[in-house]
Amino acid sequence: MSRLTSAAVIEAEEIIARYPRKKSALIPLLHLAQAQDGYVADDAMEHIAELLDITPVEVLGTCSFYEMFKREPVGKYLVNICTNISCQLMGGEELLHHAEKTLGIKSGGTTEDGMFTIEDVECIAACTEAPCMQVNYRYAGRLDEVRFDKIVSEIREGKLAIPAHGNLGDVKQHIPQERESGIKPPEQTEAPAWFVRRMSESESEVTINANK
Amino acid sequence: MTATESSAVKATTGVPFTLNGQELHAEEGELLIEACDKNGVHIPRFCYHKRMESVGMCRMCIVEVDTGRGPALQPSCMLTVTPEMKVETESEATKDAQDGVLELLLANHPLDCPVCDKGGECPLQDNAFAYGPGESRFVEEKRHFEKPIPISDLVKLDRERCILCDRCTRFASDVAGDSLIHFIDRGSSTQVNTFPDHPFASYYSGNTVQICPVGALTAAPYRFKARPWDLTGSPSTATVDSSGSRVLVQSSQDKVVRIQGVDSDAVNWGWLSDKERFIYEANVSEDRILQPMRRAVDGSLEPMRWNDALKQTSEALGKKAAAIGGARLTLEAQHVWQKVLADEFSVVSYDASLGDDVSADVVDSLPKATYDWAFNAGSVVVVVGQDLKEILPSIYLRLRGVVKDGSVELVEFNYKSGSLAKLARKSVQSRPGELAKDVKQAFTATPGERSSDLNCLVDTDKPLTVIFSRPNVAESADYLTEALQVIQSVRPDAHFLPAFRRGNTVGAQLAGLTPGVREVATEDEIIVEQVAVVGRPTAEILQEAANGEVETLLLLGADPISDFPDKALAEAALDAVNTVIAVDCFENPSVASANVILPVAMYGEVNGHFVNSEGRLSPLGARVTAPGLVRSDLEIAASLAKTAPQSNSDAQSSLETSHMLGSEPIAWDLLELSSEGARIKTPTKPIQRVKADVPTVADGLRLVIGNKLWDQGTIVENSRTLAGLCETFKVRINPADADRFGLTAGAEIVVKNAKATASVPFITDSSVAEGVLWAPANVRGFDPRSFVTFSESVCYVEVSAGEQK
Repeated sequence: MSRLTSAAVIEAEEIIARYPRKKSALIPLLHLAQAQDGYVADDAMEHIAELLDITPVEVLGTCSFYEMFKREPVGKYLVNICTNISCQLMGGEELLHHAEKTLGIKSGGTTEDGMFTIEDVECIAACTEAPCMQVNYRYAGRLDEVRFDKIVSEIREGKLAIPAHGNLGDVKQHIPQERESGIKPPEQTEAPAWFVRRMSESESEVTINANK
Repeated sequence: MTATESSAVKATTGVPFTLNGQELHAEEGELLIEACDKNGVHIPRFCYHKRMESVGMCRMCIVEVDTGRGPALQPSCMLTVTPEMKVETESEATKDAQDGVLELLLANHPLDCPVCDKGGECPLQDNAFAYGPGESRFVEEKRHFEKPIPISDLVKLDRERCILCDRCTRFASDVAGDSLIHFIDRGSSTQVNTFPDHPFASYYSGNTVQICPVGALTAAPYRFKARPWDLTGSPSTATVDSSGSRVLVQSSQDKVVRIQGVDSDAVNWGWLSDKERFIYEANVSEDRILQPMRRAVDGSLEPMRWNDALKQTSEALGKKAAAIGGARLTLEAQHVWQKVLADEFSVVSYDASLGDDVSADVVDSLPKATYDWAFNAGSVVVVVGQDLKEILPSIYLRLRGVVKDGSVELVEFNYKSGSLAKLARKSVQSRPGELAKDVKQAFTATPGERSSDLNCLVDTDKPLTVIFSRPNVAESADYLTEALQVIQSVRPDAHFLPAFRRGNTVGAQLAGLTPGVREVATEDEIIVEQVAVVGRPTAEILQEAANGEVETLLLLGADPISDFPDKALAEAALDAVNTVIAVDCFENPSVASANVILPVAMYGEVNGHFVNSEGRLSPLGARVTAPGLVRSDLEIAASLAKTAPQSNSDAQSSLETSHMLGSEPIAWDLLELSSEGARIKTPTKPIQRVKADVPTVADGLRLVIGNKLWDQGTIVENSRTLAGLCETFKVRINPADADRFGLTAGAEIVVKNAKATASVPFITDSSVAEGVLWAPANVRGFDPRSFVTFSESVCYVEVSAGEQK
């Protein structure tokens, strides 16, 4: 649909500056594009290629590798219903059929109002909550037809605060302070011990930027 | 073949390892697959290619290896030989693994071999026969894709046949630097493809077809033209430029149908540019002239008999005659033409190059480098002139390789940065008239300025090679000569490598078909003596012709109207002469004014020799019969000798017999023989001092006319597939200049000077130097030479915003 907006470009440049090689910023920039349009548009991929000094097909190669980067527009709410073994035993397939019937679309399709896209997915690692699904990658578990209909109607009425599709990059883990691993930006990180040891062993004159 | 049958000389030092029970030695750091190859043990492979980095994608080369921790299956293309390694390539485990890999590769591979271009020379077929299970247990539906999709004008991709070996994509990104094809999607949907609407428009796309181990990539010009077992080939050399790439010319039913790159260590490493690879299409063009023609009174062409054509030519050459062209002929033909013109017809004005290249005298006086010498690790390459990718594309790949891996430093001086500017140690954007000044600046340190990065070549004492080409036909050639003089005076040890646009320019120099004084071999091929070769630069020939001092002009495959820097002068010259005789295969703007056309044999139709820009002698093979009544240059020249008015019959007949048989006109004394082949020893003498004019300073931009690989050259225009690749005319201006002159992108601009005014499309391009207007030569739409006055050393143009569209 569109190239990155000027606001997104400013953010993109900040992201690019975090990495020693521009190309490393590819995946974060794909998230940025998906946040902007709800999917990764061809024009956005070309724009990313320009920003990273690579070719558009290299962007496409990475983008198409990951299922969660959508290259075609999807509904505002992407509903992933698990039909893998645990969920299947607990009625996942019936749930999928119910969803298809109530929303009037087949798996992979989008409702006419552009609100919902259904996908059946493999295990989403919440077997204890089977049958489960994700709406824009937010979990809902122990579902039945009634609960499913309730979630859909609450979304339609605006009662459930789920941001529109494309904000995967904004989904943050909430790690308590005491459990943080203390990852610092590269310029503040000290070189790992093994690296220093290997460098002193070799006669190479490579300078370690990390120690600046 | 097993190790015991191998006749290869086995190394006795190095890393000891055991291969199928034999005690052998490998080089330090050598890949196992290479060590096995050297010892005569073939390991099947798909993705491994010795000119590219290994990736271990296909798993076909898995062998059983014991490094002391027990036998394990490992891909031999990813494994360096380590001491006491035990390798079993014939064991049950190895065979099982190979069998399994092949069964899986074939699970999704269509069985359309009978209609596949690769069938008969297909590594997948061969390996399936030799190592495969013979029968598939896979009964499910194979994956399907749309049958061939064009990924460029030249290459078609059949994704069903692809085994995902990564050879083409690796070539595109690592070797060619045109990463326009890539793996798309994942798992069983993985496919090679381009970005939508971004075709694989690479100068090197044909190489991916040659290295594809299956029939997934096929070349549009060759598709369904022949079966591999019908092909017969002759080793030859590419002649579209002066790189001297080694090729195999293949024919079927007496038609050239394919040209494959040959892996020559010293030259092209197996790679070819698409121009070198697909140029043969012109041979069978419908527009080819197949019999002698004469121009009737009404301007139309009518056929004539060879005897009449030769008689008319001979009579015309007997009057005040001059000849232009011949830089694309075989060395033998050049030699005979020179003899016939000078000795039989006493013609004193001839020049093989067309005033748009580096002059022969300059090149003659410089010590030459070989490609190997230039690209040896630890040396410096200085490119002066045009982007090597547009002039010598196959050699550009070698330069790119060594610059990319950091083993060679690149410094370039040009008006529009080359394709390697980003990898170069320094890319100096110069301006017409200032080349020598900028080169001097780079080599000489002014006190206090030592840290300035313009002085990038001051401190280096590494071996230095200068690769030079005429940077711009809209300025005097003296500026380049002056720049070369500067380098030679600062670095007397520097070697030089000319990048000529026309193939056999060095051959023409050796044969004495270019103006100047130099040593050439004499008839008896033993004594080398100083001979004053007359000749005359094309510019002077055309000026004389325009003044009415020339009666006959002989064009030896030359098109001065399209190539000579001053188009008006070339047209005036062709108008003014009484008779124009064209020895050519096609009509082109210059041939259009020919009175007599002698149809001549083309590439792949004549035997002979070629001398590349290093001076390397290589063969040109005749693979097919020349069509129609076409004759070779040698035949035409020798027949003319017979009809020459002052013909000395003895000299003539010896000339005819010796040269029609194709004996070499090169004295053996002039050859330097090595394991890489023969190279002409070029005598060096002091460079002829040139003092170029100080460029006048004027308002406006300095015009640069540079070359693109795809232009409207006669042969490209007559090749069906290639003709469409020529771009349309567009000038390029640095964004700063565009701002200065208030030019808006998308609109046309008005370019004018005293000679011409034109409204042309433009784009901004930061690779163009400031103060320069860069225009491509001989492309569709507009001819920038209309701005050029030949006598002025630098051409200025004024630009202004055109009307908004």
